[in-house]
Amino acid sequence: MFDALSELFGSPIIAAFVSAIVPLVFIVPFVIIAVYMERKVAGHMQDRLGPMRVGYHGILQTVADFFKLLQKEDITASSIDKRFFNVAPFLVFAGSYAVYAALPFTSSMLGSKIDIGLFFIVAASGLVVAGILMAGWSSNNKYSLYGALRSAAQIVSYEIPTIIVILSVVMFTRTLSLAEMSEMQTAYFWNWNIFGGAEWNLTKLLITPFMMIAFLIFYISSLAEVNRTPFDMPEAESELVAGYHTEYSGIKFSMFFLAEYANMFAVSAIAVAIFLGGYQSPFGYVGNLIGAEWLVQVEQLFWFISKGMFFVFVQMWLRWTLPRVRVDQLMTICWKYLIPYSFVNLIIIGIITLI
Amino acid sequence: MKTEELILNMGPQHPSTHGVLRLELELEGEVVNKVTPHIGYLHRCFEKHAEAMTYPQVIPYTDRMDYLASMYNNFGYVIGVEKLLGIEVPERVQYIRVIMGELQRIASHLVALGTYGLDIGAFTPFLYLFRDREKILTLFEITCGARLLYNYMWVGGLSHDLHPDFVRLTREFIKYYRPNITELNNLLTFNKIFVERTANIGVLPAETAINYGISGPNLRASGVKFDLRRNDPYSIYDRFDFEIPVGEGMMGTVGDCWDRYYVRVLELEQSLRIIEQALDQLPEGDVQSAIPKRIKPPVGSVYTRVENPKGELGYFIISDGSVNPFRVKVRAPSFVNLSIINELSRGHLVADIVAILGSIDIVLGEIDR
Repeated sequence: MFDALSELFGSPIIAAFVSAIVPLVFIVPFVIIAVYMERKVAGHMQDRLGPMRVGYHGILQTVADFFKLLQKEDITASSIDKRFFNVAPFLVFAGSYAVYAALPFTSSMLGSKIDIGLFFIVAASGLVVAGILMAGWSSNNKYSLYGALRSAAQIVSYEIPTIIVILSVVMFTRTLSLAEMSEMQTAYFWNWNIFGGAEWNLTKLLITPFMMIAFLIFYISSLAEVNRTPFDMPEAESELVAGYHTEYSGIKFSMFFLAEYANMFAVSAIAVAIFLGGYQSPFGYVGNLIGAEWLVQVEQLFWFISKGMFFVFVQMWLRWTLPRVRVDQLMTICWKYLIPYSFVNLIIIGIITLI
Repeated sequence: MKTEELILNMGPQHPSTHGVLRLELELEGEVVNKVTPHIGYLHRCFEKHAEAMTYPQVIPYTDRMDYLASMYNNFGYVIGVEKLLGIEVPERVQYIRVIMGELQRIASHLVALGTYGLDIGAFTPFLYLFRDREKILTLFEITCGARLLYNYMWVGGLSHDLHPDFVRLTREFIKYYRPNITELNNLLTFNKIFVERTANIGVLPAETAINYGISGPNLRASGVKFDLRRNDPYSIYDRFDFEIPVGEGMMGTVGDCWDRYYVRVLELEQSLRIIEQALDQLPEGDVQSAIPKRIKPPVGSVYTRVENPKGELGYFIISDGSVNPFRVKVRAPSFVNLSIINELSRGHLVADIVAILGSIDIVLGEIDR
């Protein structure tokens, strides 16, 4: 996309800025829709209606809430560390925003076609930890500090199984680029990585169950990485009030909020891109049938976003169904179960790939 | 290196202290060394107020103690005054009181179970249980017009007779509600994460429970089969056939948080049974004929205790022969039950404090009075 834009504007600098803004055009409407969706999903799961007053069936509720948040007083308590306190929310958002640079929305619409997309995503999401720690420490509040420390421990721990799983998929596909990975799982759903990739041979048959395990581990640990129930330790509201963002209000709070929802889609999108065919349609393209090239792109965007949204929905579903695990149980799940399993899985996938 | 314990003030404004309770936690990392509850944020001088009121005027004040079980607070108080006066109340009144009391027990337990799920992080069961509680509140509303603070049971009678539809609606409610207990069990009680969070946490041995004077579901969860409805029957509870569920340590140790939770779940079913029997036997009659015109008990004192949803609710009423009680002392079950918190919490994590506090099921209105 960057190349196309620099041709259009004639300057790589303008093109860089424009292509950096494109994900924002996606994220902000997405967050508004996702918050509305979360409330409606929660409402209907809980035998109530959810927002109904603002607009038809409450569709303008999040817009109203957004303006309410903007109007709110930006409280900064006197005993906080101002510098870090002000930077932290933007750092957290930057971390989750950076991930979007490497997400392939369609075969041509992606921020940057870097060869080490997955590596970049893992590295960039590490920024979030720094931001959260900063927020917790600078707030000078014990609840915030507990939330931040829990969160840092949790995100760092759960990155390990995530990376091991990513590694096993990378061994299988022999590429670190998400775009290339999506391209490989072309057109039909039986070619997806979760079903053993596009080639029809014995490997495909053998590897499918292990890919499914890998997907499950990836999804569980990504839930923990974005602090969603049942792993919402850092902001466990019944224990830590609101965790690391207890002291934040107004626009800074909404940055955390934005980052949380942006992250929800980001991890779902990564899961989709490496296991479920990315932007590829499960049933082939209408565009190819009638020979319209642009239609293929639209279909790809549709499939990518709907697959991503499906997993966002699953996250919401889990959140409104399950209780929260305790902080030590959280660590047990990671270190005693997910890491060994993912490691064994890695070895098995490696052996099968070699055969 | 100099180290010191971290003091964390949990409350009075905190999502899971169930009201305005302040817990002072001494922490070592996430491990709790000591919990000191600070109470009194909701103190409204109930006992002192009662001394300036006539006997019937005290009843609305009792509503406001355990505001989740107002009916039962009325129940205990009116029984006490009736004993002081030495009057007999009509059969129909007795039955209606039992029906209301047991409906109130279900409503109170629903709040206890729902907020407990909320403490553990499960949001949805809370709303499911509140949906059902709403139906009970509607039954109360059609009976006496109020949904939370009823002032329904009067000395010697009731403020209103039952609505003509009440019996039918209550039967419908029981029929509707029974399957929902299974729903709750499937959704929360036997959920793996929930069990992991609550089993073997905050174990209360029977002996400690008795030493601290714990009562109600908390005591029964420790394996002690003690229920005032059976052990010291008041009103007409000796006429009904029901079981007293006790904690069995099904998921962990006897007397852990899960047991305290599960005893309440089992009590829902028993309360439904009592209501069914009472509805079957409900006699006709007038509910206000026995209400004395002027309540002026003879000099003396009386202690009555009833099995409130939270535990043993006791009223110690002293009469000096005037129209005002000389003294009304309340033994509030939540107040006594809260005293165990330090004993249970020592050595657990911060997250467990929430689980333990929730499992004790306190109501601050009753603790502070």
